[in-house]
Order: sequence, then structure tokens, then C-alpha cells
Amino acid sequence: MGLLSKKDAKLITDPLADNNPITIQVLGICSALAITAELKASLVMGIAVLFVLGIGNVVISLMRNIIPSKIRIIVQLIVVASLVIIVDQVLKAFAYELSKTLAVFVGLIITNCIIMGRFEAFALGNGPWKSFLDGIGNAAGYAVILLIVGFFRELLGSGTLFGIPVLGDPIEKTGVYSIGYENNGFMLMPPMALIVVGLIIWVQRSRNKALIED
Amino acid sequence: MEHLELFFKSIFVDNMVFAVFLGMCSYLAVSKKVATAVGLGAAVIFVLAITVPLNWLLDQYLLQPGALSWLGDEFVDYDLSFLSFIMFIATIATMVQLVEIVVEKFSPSLYNSLGIFLPLIAVNCAILGGSLFMQAREIETLSLAFNYGVSSGIGWFLAILAIAAIREKIRYSNVPAPLRGLGITFIITGLMGIGFLSFGGMLTGGDEEGGKPATETALENIKIETEKAKELAENTKTID
Repeated sequence: MGLLSKKDAKLITDPLADNNPITIQVLGICSALAITAELKASLVMGIAVLFVLGIGNVVISLMRNIIPSKIRIIVQLIVVASLVIIVDQVLKAFAYELSKTLAVFVGLIITNCIIMGRFEAFALGNGPWKSFLDGIGNAAGYAVILLIVGFFRELLGSGTLFGIPVLGDPIEKTGVYSIGYENNGFMLMPPMALIVVGLIIWVQRSRNKALIED
Repeated sequence: MEHLELFFKSIFVDNMVFAVFLGMCSYLAVSKKVATAVGLGAAVIFVLAITVPLNWLLDQYLLQPGALSWLGDEFVDYDLSFLSFIMFIATIATMVQLVEIVVEKFSPSLYNSLGIFLPLIAVNCAILGGSLFMQAREIETLSLAFNYGVSSGIGWFLAILAIAAIREKIRYSNVPAPLRGLGITFIITGLMGIGFLSFGGMLTGGDEEGGKPATETALENIKIETEKAKELAENTKTID
């Protein structure tokens, strides 16, 4: 990598796997799980968080020396809330149906613990460029988990990916449905998102024994 | 009757944790011991009971389309609803600070039990979620909004109490090493969520129509709404 030093590159790659915000740091689960029944919604949510966290981290990092520490939570909340309003208005203008599906969960990006967590833990103590990389890395780590969960839930739950049927037609019995396969509607229920994330954690920790809790 | 229905619906059917995953971060982080879980749960009920009615007032008299009509006729067309996120979160953050100061002054014992949890709560999704769902569900009166705040708080309290009790016991079980801690907590919460789905028919007597889980009906409503909106858009186009 010519553009990024080794240390900077680590800021981006670390959160993708061994320091993943969802499965290791346990942040930002709140708004993540409810919208993963469809891959498209997961993708949009991932991009929204990428935007908010990348820019928010830079803004907080630029202001880090002038924010009085007593009211920093409120300042941070105002910064995030303004960014989220932008995301919400853009979604309403250009992807109205999707914004209906995401409903209040766009607003809940404000209280997404990843964002406050990264502001507190990183942006308040580091320069803008590093904070930007950290924001992008963590948001990407979040998006990866959302996409994995969304992929399995949509594929097994409704037999589609991004709304396109990939397993054949369940009514006319083509594709895998011709040999008796059925969609598991249960995958679309909210509790299954938790179980899928639990399984992802299981796989990840079996492969990397250092992450096991005692 | 309306109050009773909303009360049970918010606790069981639309439980904050199991149906919409709100406040999951603190739910997972603070549920290792029953005693701390009770403290946080109580603080959540308390703050929800204050912020939801307050934000209801804001929504009714400031933010909704046409809500400014009390200022005079020229304000009737104003729609400030895009400001709701920032107004709600500002209310919540200031209320949490205010509550902290007041509680510290008048009841040191309550402050000692709630104290450390109050700052955490400003960024708890359950609190903002309570206000946003209150807005989305168009709750009609102030007393219903108060009821909604308290009962969804109780639902959250129940959930964290239950998982804390289970986690205290699970320490003595032989869980596969990679699943220990976080993994098994996720899966147990999922199983509890499946259990809570069975409350879906509680208020309808279990008939097919209403027996659907809350999210599914919500999704259907959304579909219907978008269809309506599409029709509306087409109609206006043709009028143009």
C-alpha cells in the first residue's frame, strides 16, 4: 500500500475481523439486527453508518480541543443527529420505499453505540486523517456483519438476494423447489437475527482461539 | 381499556428487546449480574417515563405538519418533522442531565443506586427508540404517551432481568468454549425472542388475522402505505 502507512492500514483492517465492532466490541447491535431481513436494507444501513461515522469522526476530531469535556456527550449527539438528518432526508428523497422499510431505524443510528464509542475512544484523542480511517474501518466491519446476516436471512427466508429470486420459483416449483425445498419463513422473524449473529461469533471464535472469553 | 391494551402490548407483544432490538448494547453489557441489571432497568423506566411524554408534547406542538397553527394562521403550512431527531435527542440528553442533578440533590440513596447508569442512558437506543416509535405509532393523548413510556420501560426491565438471571446460572453449565460469554447470550436472547412471539395472539384472542407477529404486520402496513403513496404520486402527476 503506497498511499497508507502500515499503521494506518491496520486502522482499517483490524475492525474487519479481529476487532469487529459487532462481534468483539459488542457495539451497535441495536439498530443492526432489526433491518437484516433483506440484503438491500442491510447494504443501505451499512452505507449510512459508513457516511455518518466517517464524517462524524473527522468533525469530532477537528473539534476535540475546543469541546469542554463536561458537555461533550451533548456536542457529539448534536453532530451525529445533524448527519443522520442528512441521511434520512436523502433516503426519503431518492429511495422512498427503502426509507419506509428502515423506518425509525435510520433515526436510531444516532444512538448507535459504535458511533458514540468511536468518538469517545478514538476521535477525541487522534488527528482527523487517522480518525477518518478508523471511522471507515469500523463502519465497514459493521457493514460486513450486516451483509452476512442479511445474506443468510434473505436467502433462507425468502429464497431471494437483493429481491431477485435465486433458488427458483416457490409457486411454480422450479429450481431447488422442484426437489421439495421449502423457504424457512422463520428466518424472517426478528429473533433469528440474534441466533445468526450468535453463530457468526461461534465460527469466528473457533477459528481464532485468542478471542475466547472465560 | 385503551390504556390496559397499550400497557400489555408494549410489555409483551412489542417488547423493546425481543421484538425491535432496542437498547441491545447496554442489555448485553450490563446483564452479567442481577443487581446491576435491576439498577439499569429501573433507570430506563424512569427516564422513558419522563422523555416520552415530553417528546410527545414537542411533536404535537412544534414538529408535526401543521403543529405550529397555535402561533397564528401563517404558520399552518410549516412542517418541521425533519428536525425531530435532533430535538428528541437534545431533550433526552438535557433531561438525563437534569434528572441526575435533581436526584443527586434530593435522594442520595436513589442516586447511589441509579447514579452510574444515568449518563449511560442518554445514548441508550431504547430511550430514543421509545420516542421515535411513539411518533411513528401516532399515539393520541399525553396520558397514553406516558403509559407507553412506562410500559415499554417495564418490558425492557423484564428482559434484562430475565437474561441476567439466566447468565448467572449459565456460568455453571458446560458451554462450548467459543460460544462462552457473548455467543451464548445472543442465542439465548434469540430463543427468548421466539418465546415472546407467542404473546402475539394475546390481545386478539389468537384469531388468524391479528395473530401475526408485530413486525410482520408492521411490514405489511409499510407495504400498504408505500402503495398508497405511489397511487397518490401517480394521481397528482395526472392532475398536473
